[in-house]
Amino acid sequence: MPHAPLDPPFDRRNFLKLMAASLALAGVGACSRRVPEEILPYVYAPPPLTPAQPLYFATAANLCGSAMGLLVQSNMGRPTKIEGNPSHPASLGATDIFAQAAVLEVWDPDRSQAVMRDGQASTWDAFLATLSGIDGKGSGLRILTEAVTSPTLIEQMRALLRRYPAARWHQYQPINPDQAYVGSVLAFGEALETACRFDRSRVVLSLDADFIGHGVRHARDFAAARRGVDGEPDPGRLYVVEATPTLTGAMADHRLAVRPSEVEAVARGIARALGLPVAESHAAALSAQWIAACADDLRQNGRRSLVVAGAAQPPFVHALAHAINHALGGVGSTVSYHAPLFPDATRQTDSLRELAAEMAAGAVETLVILGGNPVYNAPADSGFAEHLAKVAASVHLSLYQDETSARCRWHIPAAHFLESWSDTRAFDGTVSLQQPLMAPLYDGKSAHQLLAALLGENTASDYGVVRDYWRKRHPSLSPNPLPQAGEGDEVSLREVRANADFDAFWNGALRTGVIDGTRLPGRKAVLKTGFLVTPPRTGGEGIELVFAPDPTIWDGRFANNAWLQELPKPLTKLTWDNAALIGPVLAARLGLDNGDVVELGYRGVRLAAPVWIMPGHADGAATITLGYGRRRAGSVGNGAGFNAYLLRRSDEPWGGGGLEIRKTGGRHPLAVTQHHHVMEGRRPVRAITLTRFRLDPAAAVTVPLSPNPLPQAGEGDEVSLREVHANASLYSAAKSEGHAWAMSIDLGACTGCSACTIACQAENNIPVVGKTEVARGREMHWIRVDRYYQGDPDHPRTHFQPVPCMHCEHAPCEVVCPVEATLHDSDGLNLQVYNRCVGTRFCSNNCPYKVRRFNFLQYADTETESLKAQRNPEVTVRMRGVMEKCTYCIQRIAGARIEAEKSGRGIQDGDVVTACQAACPTGAIVFGDLNDPDSRVARAKRSPLNYALLAELNTRPRTTYLAKVGNPNPKLGFEF
Amino acid sequence: MAQIFQPQSVLLLKIGAGAVVLGVVALVLIWRESIAQRPPVDAPVEQVPPFSHKHHVGDVGLDCRFCHASVETSAFAGIPPTSTCMTCHSQLFTDQAMLSPLAASLRENRPLRWKRVHRLPDFVYFNHGIHVAKGVGCSTCHGPVERMPLMWRVQSLEMKWCLACHRAPENFVRPRERVFDMGWRPPQDQAAQGKKLLGAYRIDAKRLADCSNCHR
Repeated sequence: MPHAPLDPPFDRRNFLKLMAASLALAGVGACSRRVPEEILPYVYAPPPLTPAQPLYFATAANLCGSAMGLLVQSNMGRPTKIEGNPSHPASLGATDIFAQAAVLEVWDPDRSQAVMRDGQASTWDAFLATLSGIDGKGSGLRILTEAVTSPTLIEQMRALLRRYPAARWHQYQPINPDQAYVGSVLAFGEALETACRFDRSRVVLSLDADFIGHGVRHARDFAAARRGVDGEPDPGRLYVVEATPTLTGAMADHRLAVRPSEVEAVARGIARALGLPVAESHAAALSAQWIAACADDLRQNGRRSLVVAGAAQPPFVHALAHAINHALGGVGSTVSYHAPLFPDATRQTDSLRELAAEMAAGAVETLVILGGNPVYNAPADSGFAEHLAKVAASVHLSLYQDETSARCRWHIPAAHFLESWSDTRAFDGTVSLQQPLMAPLYDGKSAHQLLAALLGENTASDYGVVRDYWRKRHPSLSPNPLPQAGEGDEVSLREVRANADFDAFWNGALRTGVIDGTRLPGRKAVLKTGFLVTPPRTGGEGIELVFAPDPTIWDGRFANNAWLQELPKPLTKLTWDNAALIGPVLAARLGLDNGDVVELGYRGVRLAAPVWIMPGHADGAATITLGYGRRRAGSVGNGAGFNAYLLRRSDEPWGGGGLEIRKTGGRHPLAVTQHHHVMEGRRPVRAITLTRFRLDPAAAVTVPLSPNPLPQAGEGDEVSLREVHANASLYSAAKSEGHAWAMSIDLGACTGCSACTIACQAENNIPVVGKTEVARGREMHWIRVDRYYQGDPDHPRTHFQPVPCMHCEHAPCEVVCPVEATLHDSDGLNLQVYNRCVGTRFCSNNCPYKVRRFNFLQYADTETESLKAQRNPEVTVRMRGVMEKCTYCIQRIAGARIEAEKSGRGIQDGDVVTACQAACPTGAIVFGDLNDPDSRVARAKRSPLNYALLAELNTRPRTTYLAKVGNPNPKLGFEF
Repeated sequence: MAQIFQPQSVLLLKIGAGAVVLGVVALVLIWRESIAQRPPVDAPVEQVPPFSHKHHVGDVGLDCRFCHASVETSAFAGIPPTSTCMTCHSQLFTDQAMLSPLAASLRENRPLRWKRVHRLPDFVYFNHGIHVAKGVGCSTCHGPVERMPLMWRVQSLEMKWCLACHRAPENFVRPRERVFDMGWRPPQDQAAQGKKLLGAYRIDAKRLADCSNCHR
């Protein structure tokens, strides 16, 4: 049938006329008058609030395992920046990248905003109405949570299990300490938590344990032990045995790259050398010299040595580490034991497998999943996703409508930790109250509320539940605190007093961020030596596959966090992707180059992935990081990378032998931020061994800068050459009065963790640019962490160097700016004045450190409402066409100056703390006033290790570095 | 085929076309300039309710800080919450129609909506607290508010105007105790008095004109 003609018929001329007219009208409409600004005061002002002055609240968050104490900045009610809580044992004032990035997560526009039923919007009340269907004993009721540390939540779960005796509680998260617990059962007969004191250790042996890369406290303790007293470096020694290069391996004095299955052989070798009766493994023969030297060192340091085993190592290695620590006498000195942090979750993978089996058998009628994302991250062989369809009523509480939400009947939006009350334990058991900064943005519910609803308390608030829990446990409110109390009015008086006591306790806990006396008590652990006869491990044939948590998005929970996606992975400098990491030898053998797509075949499953050649990776092994390949993460995380969980099996959760790698011929573009990895003799990073440092403290900084720094210079008289450099200038030196801000970065303490980069991003409203722009070299980070390799690519030394703007006294950028948009102020800061900048980019071209960042496009999102609320009101949001760079956190300097001047005193050392300095876990960054000779920065700069990057250019940077001091074992010696 | 246009007429046409383009651009610029204007200096800004500084400051004699409570401690001087207004207006003039928005605000727990009179661009970071602490009086920037039934701007708030003081603060600073005094006028020897005050306030005039003081 012919189509009817369009009516009225449009000819081309009429169409153009109409289009022209509508375009013109649209243009006129767009030029409307600016809406006048309004000011809305409060009706009743909340008492502690001074307009435009930020407030700080102590809270704590369990981001990936155990709690970290935080101080959250609230700007007129909006959480905008997170710092560490100095009173909290896991933080001591510093933070990691996950804590820093949490403010972006809470304001993420992709967060779930509504209760869903079968994919349709529903309501909380409708959900509550369906809860009545659970039968009396709860035989079909199963609860699945992540590993829970919250005492209140544990108590609620126990109450639920008392109410429904046939119900079961399962706990699972993909990165779990199962093997360590089983190891402690082997060694001591019970599951125990190991507490390591790196600050008391002289010699540390890490058996595949990345204790520096995960968590802040251990890195802080480790750096403290190496720093020595009065700036005189006194490093102990770190030995690392591992397959995949980690931040711990990069800090090692001696790193041994072995396949994961051979770590046990090395551990056995060391145990034998220390006199433990274990069987020898032939694989250790290759590294006999290394093992002997390490074992000697451990023995000599006795009580001050420490052996730690990594989460991916089998239980036997954990048990052996315990036995070695016992043999060395480290128990009570460098190691102690306490009750497990997750008392009901010492076998998480088994627990999930049992649940999946029950689901498959149709025994589960109601499954309540509190947090987590098991459909995505359960081991592939558990069949969790497939069996979930057999559960009649499934409920998922989560921040995002993710893979698991999509497969559940009900989805309940969760309240973020900045929006809800809870309590949570740190690694040593210390409990902190989790205090919200604001009411839930999208009416999210907390796990406490959902559990209370299951217990029939539909109107319970998380505040009420948590407060009640602590109220019941407060000593002054316990049943008979004053047995002698007699009559009725006495009791009520006592109650009043007790209530006042409890309020004081509660407010004190909220103010300091920790509850005193909640550390888990130490346990005496008696070593059972029976396990030592276990025969050596077999297996690990062919190429071994290693699973590892992703350095920036962990197990995938942070996949929709754009800051973390764009943060270069500390070692590979990859962004927005994961890759199969292989060593240079294996790459050469298989003919692979960076970005080549390979097909990974592991136990019958095939998966395509790009490869990345990783210097220092053990030969015969490949590492893939978990957390990528999300399909329902949100607009940021969807489709990035490949999903390593598809290969993961519950019997070998951390990988095993028999991996096949087949080249497909395909290519996958990878966005990296560093393309050259060796120093080419320019020595931007200086390092020296302790022996050499003691002979000549200035040796690290006086060695030739480059093979031929100034070819015409004479007989290698380096010192006078340096003097000539230092004094060469056409201009007389500018007089510096008042303050002279400067920074010192200790490369011996820097672990490369990149917390500074994210802290800076949060503080300074730095936009993300996306993978394609990163691939064009347009990332915007104001402080980048350069990573250099030195020596043999199979066994390189790794160096990190954070590079912010150097604030040169002779700044090359300033002389080329045609509009004076970059210039000095009287404190010697190199300023960037955004409203003057016209975007010529001359300054960036003339900057030898390449620290200037240009807004090639409109990177800052000025449209999304919730993201506006995240921004720091003290820092300009930059527009397209403007150059920007590190300002030394000028807003913090201005704030400190204003407060100091108002109170009539000068700025004291320590008043100005830059965002990077505050976040740094190891205290590597020091900032302050160079004109104050007693300031920490002035003292750091008097160190013989102090040197300037590219000093030969005579830019006189205010940011300088302290050379790294290594402490190699003379028996295995090396020189930098 | 003969050319349709002579070279001269082509030139004329080009000039004409150029002139049209330039004219349109100029018109658009002028027009944008005219609509982008903030309310001009000296133009009173209508408010609901029509709050009068003349009445509250001039007639009643309230101190600035009674309402603008954070002017000494914060960057923002503060706009009083409705509850502050109600300190008096729960008793006084409660039956006035003019004040009905105030009562409504309290009753419905909805904030009053004031129109901003003094607005600085987003890239300027002004701090009231430090100016008050260093002897810059309210009337220096805000004018004789005790005579303003409705507020208006008396100064341009352009950078040139800011710099006039930042480059020569001795012409403007006054003793600390006269900062909130609406009746203060510069004395005959302001330059000399001002110099002394700069010493007392420890104002380093050299660094006041640094870009970083206001832009970051």
